[in-house]
Amino acid sequence: MIKAPSSIKAEIKGLSKKGLRLGDFVDEIPIGLLLLDTSQRVILLNRAMEALTGYVSQEAQGIPCKYILRSSMCGQECPIHQVIERDGSVCMNANILNRNREKIPVRFTAAPVKDESGKLVGFLKSIEDMRSVRQSNDHSGQFFFGNLIGASLEMQRVLRLLPAIAQTDSSVLITGETGSGKDYIAEAVHEASTRAKGPFVKVNCGALPESLLESELFGHQKGAFTGAIENKPGRFRLAHTGTLYLTEIGDLPLNLQVKLLSFLDDQVVYPLGSSKGVLVNVRIIAATHRDLEGMVRQGAFREDLLFRLNVIRLHLPPLSERDGDVGLLMDHFLPIFNSRFGKKVKIFGSDTRKRLLEYEFPGNVRELKNIVEFAVNLCDGDEILIDHLPIYLKTAGTGKSHKRTIVGAALPEIAAAPSMIYDNSSMDWAQAERRIIMEAMMRTRGNRAEAAKLLGWGRSTLWRKLKIHKIV
Amino acid sequence: MERILIPLNGDDIAPRFDLVLEAMVILISDSNEILDQRIVVLPHTSAEGLCDVILKERINTVICCGIEDEFYQFLTWKKIKVLDSVIGSSSMILTKYCGPGLSSGEMLL
Repeated sequence: MIKAPSSIKAEIKGLSKKGLRLGDFVDEIPIGLLLLDTSQRVILLNRAMEALTGYVSQEAQGIPCKYILRSSMCGQECPIHQVIERDGSVCMNANILNRNREKIPVRFTAAPVKDESGKLVGFLKSIEDMRSVRQSNDHSGQFFFGNLIGASLEMQRVLRLLPAIAQTDSSVLITGETGSGKDYIAEAVHEASTRAKGPFVKVNCGALPESLLESELFGHQKGAFTGAIENKPGRFRLAHTGTLYLTEIGDLPLNLQVKLLSFLDDQVVYPLGSSKGVLVNVRIIAATHRDLEGMVRQGAFREDLLFRLNVIRLHLPPLSERDGDVGLLMDHFLPIFNSRFGKKVKIFGSDTRKRLLEYEFPGNVRELKNIVEFAVNLCDGDEILIDHLPIYLKTAGTGKSHKRTIVGAALPEIAAAPSMIYDNSSMDWAQAERRIIMEAMMRTRGNRAEAAKLLGWGRSTLWRKLKIHKIV
Repeated sequence: MERILIPLNGDDIAPRFDLVLEAMVILISDSNEILDQRIVVLPHTSAEGLCDVILKERINTVICCGIEDEFYQFLTWKKIKVLDSVIGSSSMILTKYCGPGLSSGEMLL
């Protein structure tokens, strides 16, 4: 049977004569907390810290803090040294590298823990995830909510609804084409809700095979199946007091749809191999680009689950139907990429603007963002010309009927090769360019001169881009 | 023969791949005996710099603790085996690697 982290009895010798049941309440605190002994070994992680680091409290106990947090401050600049020197708390910005190999910007606070006689008995570290704060600094413009921006009537209607939706605790179903901003909506709703201090856990239901997805979502008990060598809490429990965002819900297998439906009924999850349920306080936001009603008619999606999820329905219109948004978004992204790449591009040329305003953007906002990123990268002056656009936009006839999904089309030889055609639905320009370069390097067995020729670049351009993408 | 690299922090494995100043390079035989081991010192902390050392030293296996996905993908793309989230002293890690075997995520403390 799974022993819940909340039942861990964390007794700190000297902190209290009777000992404290810390696990019971620190799990409910939405900020990551880490309790250390005087030799900086882990005594306890709360659930928010488990979600941040990827380690569960039991396995981290007794391990030096630096191996669990892996912070940029570990080593000479360890905040604990300053806590001891100052005999008080310290706060600083840093980043941590979690078990999923993600680098997360965080704000650290470290404080001493003392007993009644004032003797140091341990340390407490709290960690706030700063990713959402950094992202929200990017936005500018008149009509926005979180990271979303829009001037069209369609988007204004959506944006006006969001604050009210954020204040409720009902399930939300977001629909819309790929690249239309479903993930941003989900995150914005979470950030504006009372659960903002809790974790925002995203699960792509289409990215994992059925057997793994069940364990990933609901967790498993040690020994539940071959390879289950330790207890796993599952994403539902990691999202406790926060929001669980299920993207591509249309790809959720039928048997898991039943399990999700059961959770929506009673808020209890049953980890694999366990007969004991765990009560979890989670808000569900689901998203899909599929036609769920059509899937219900075909028997591929449960009608009762659709009704449960469909408490609040948000539909994001495709970019081509948002009058006025293309121009607004072009001007919104321009200063962002200027600042990111250290460029001084001021405006879009009139022809360029006209060409972009006429284009249909089948990849929606993500495609527009990629095009602006590409153009800013290529532009050496202060005005973006048609020559700076990807090749598929340069050619005559580009218009409302021109649909495509090739990100690397700016490189004709590459675009022509089937293995080099990428769906732009899941990567930005930098990722696409990196991947194109890697493919070219692999094709030419690492010969940079040949790779540069294949890509249609000079050798120095390829070298510069290899450095930018940290391939060398 | 196999060449292994372990980023170091003192005698222990370093918590982060991108923040190391020294790494141990070990040469082991086909029968898993340690033939040679030496320390490589980096001029400054840099994940790119360490990747460069790994390629120049023709390393087959990297054993580390925290590593960013970008560098993990790069090394595996270069056909280098990466065992990450390993915690412990370099000697214990080597003993385990040359003995019963080591896998990602092992805590040898």
